[in-house]
Amino acid sequence: MWAGARPCLYGGIMREVREQEGGRMVRAAEGRLLVGVCQGMARQLRLDPVVLRLAFLLLTVLDGVGVLAYAALWIFTPSEPYEGEEPRRDWSQFAAYIALGVALGAISTLTGAGAGGVAFWPLAVGGIGALILFQQADPAQRQRWMSSTMGQTRQAWLRILAGVLLIAGGLVGFLAAKGELVRASSGLLFTVVVVAGIALVAAPWLMRLMAELRRERRERIRQEERAEMAAHLHDSVLHTLTLIQRNANDPREVARLARSQERELRNWLYQPRQDADATLAAAVRRIAAEVEDDHGIPVEVVCVGDCPLDERLGAALQSTREALVNAAKHAETPVISVYAEAEPEEVTIFVRDRGKGFDLADVPEDRMGVRQSIIGRMERNGGSARLRTSPGEGTEWQLTVKREQA
Amino acid sequence: MSVRVVIVDDHRLFRSGVRAELGAVVEVVGEAHDVDSAVAAIGELKPDVVLLDVHMPGGGGIEVLRRALSTGSRFLALSVSDAAEDVIGVIRAGARGYVTKNISGSELTDAIVRVAEGDAVFSPRLAGFVLDAFASTEAPPIDPELDSLTQREREVLRLIARGYAYKEIAKELFISVKTVETHVSSVLRKLQLSNRHELSRWATARRLV
Repeated sequence: MWAGARPCLYGGIMREVREQEGGRMVRAAEGRLLVGVCQGMARQLRLDPVVLRLAFLLLTVLDGVGVLAYAALWIFTPSEPYEGEEPRRDWSQFAAYIALGVALGAISTLTGAGAGGVAFWPLAVGGIGALILFQQADPAQRQRWMSSTMGQTRQAWLRILAGVLLIAGGLVGFLAAKGELVRASSGLLFTVVVVAGIALVAAPWLMRLMAELRRERRERIRQEERAEMAAHLHDSVLHTLTLIQRNANDPREVARLARSQERELRNWLYQPRQDADATLAAAVRRIAAEVEDDHGIPVEVVCVGDCPLDERLGAALQSTREALVNAAKHAETPVISVYAEAEPEEVTIFVRDRGKGFDLADVPEDRMGVRQSIIGRMERNGGSARLRTSPGEGTEWQLTVKREQA
Repeated sequence: MSVRVVIVDDHRLFRSGVRAELGAVVEVVGEAHDVDSAVAAIGELKPDVVLLDVHMPGGGGIEVLRRALSTGSRFLALSVSDAAEDVIGVIRAGARGYVTKNISGSELTDAIVRVAEGDAVFSPRLAGFVLDAFASTEAPPIDPELDSLTQREREVLRLIARGYAYKEIAKELFISVKTVETHVSSVLRKLQLSNRHELSRWATARRLV
């Protein structure tokens, strides 16, 4: 009867799973029969809810564990936030489960299979506890518990060992409590022998399987790296090559594109991933790159030492940018050199071009660039700016700031 | 007399490009495209200077240096890479200079002539590396003569790193170009002979361009 409802239900679940994969378990509003425990759990475990419903039903028949577990999950699981009118329950399906439960109950009572006695209670409590722990855990944590890399670390082996010991202890205790240990001991011994035999037979196969898995893992990592490289080359290099072809009659633009791409590729290949907002060398390189891109003049950067940025260095970097922009705009130089050296007490940055140079006396008073942006800013921040230039001799700025002592 | 040069590079286009750009004082007597052909050509032609690519199939420039350094030719490394490992590695293997491939033809010609005369050629970046490598330690030097730079050598390297040509450095420091060359050669010798393990450790720790 309810089997007919499965396809559409299942589709709904899969959609839900995709929508909120990895979230905490919630009681589902859509597709629930009672309060949504099974539906929610099925979503979480990616199982068909029918399986879980049957499991709860069976557990209920066996001394009522199912009811307890269901109630516990009901209490401890938040219900799914649902907007709009609550979906109707499929009462006919619910009736089918009830009927099934009653039938199973009758069978178990008649055969006496459900009478667990005292030994049942620890099982029930432990099981429910484990269930609650499991559903309360974060997805990431659960992932770790269920991780497929189990067996690769010592911790995992220890966990497996502890689990096996617990199960064995529980089994012995269970049999002892029932007074059947003596009777079962020979059977247990044979079971252990059989299991050991199977383990021996399967060991080579298992080892091979593990080796295979490791190989596949390596291969996958390699493929991912290759894919990343391909993606990078595609996004940057191929893109630039296309642009170069399109600008083939503009040598300046072609050179700019090629150089900018070269820089990017070098950074990607060789540079340690540096945060340009954090250290001097990375910040200087970024400023040089920006000026190079904006003005199409190559900027050669050499950095010696490095240090974290602070406010004064920030000011020095702004002055550096100003000096670079000035050189790029006015010096008519083929290349600009930047040299930044971080010493224990101070940081010195040189910006040099071999362009036409200028006479500082000729620069009008109201020109902000040199006086305010470079000299003024450096002095306000406790540093100094020295300019060496004369017509035809190129220009060199020397910017110095004391380092803040930690 | 012109300087006889062998170009070793696995890119044919690059070899012909360099050949076309070099000045009249340089005569290209041979080319090689891998380690074996390079060793053979150097042995046979006995060039004054070998322009040596760092990255090549079969062991790269360092392998060529290992097998052909004893021939008496001088080596100038030329590479697109200026990763610290490559730069320091090839210098310590015996090259007398290191320039990057974006160097202009006239600058390259100057560098070749300088190497042919037994001097060292440092690009700004190489100078930066050396300053960094020799500064990045608090440990006392094992051999003070080899393991640290003099104040003057440091000044010269700083000026190279700032983009100064030897002539400009000489003018700046009020010394002769010959003295500048002596300082640079002395730095090169320290770079090649110093056993300071910081040097190689520094180079590997900083896998940068």
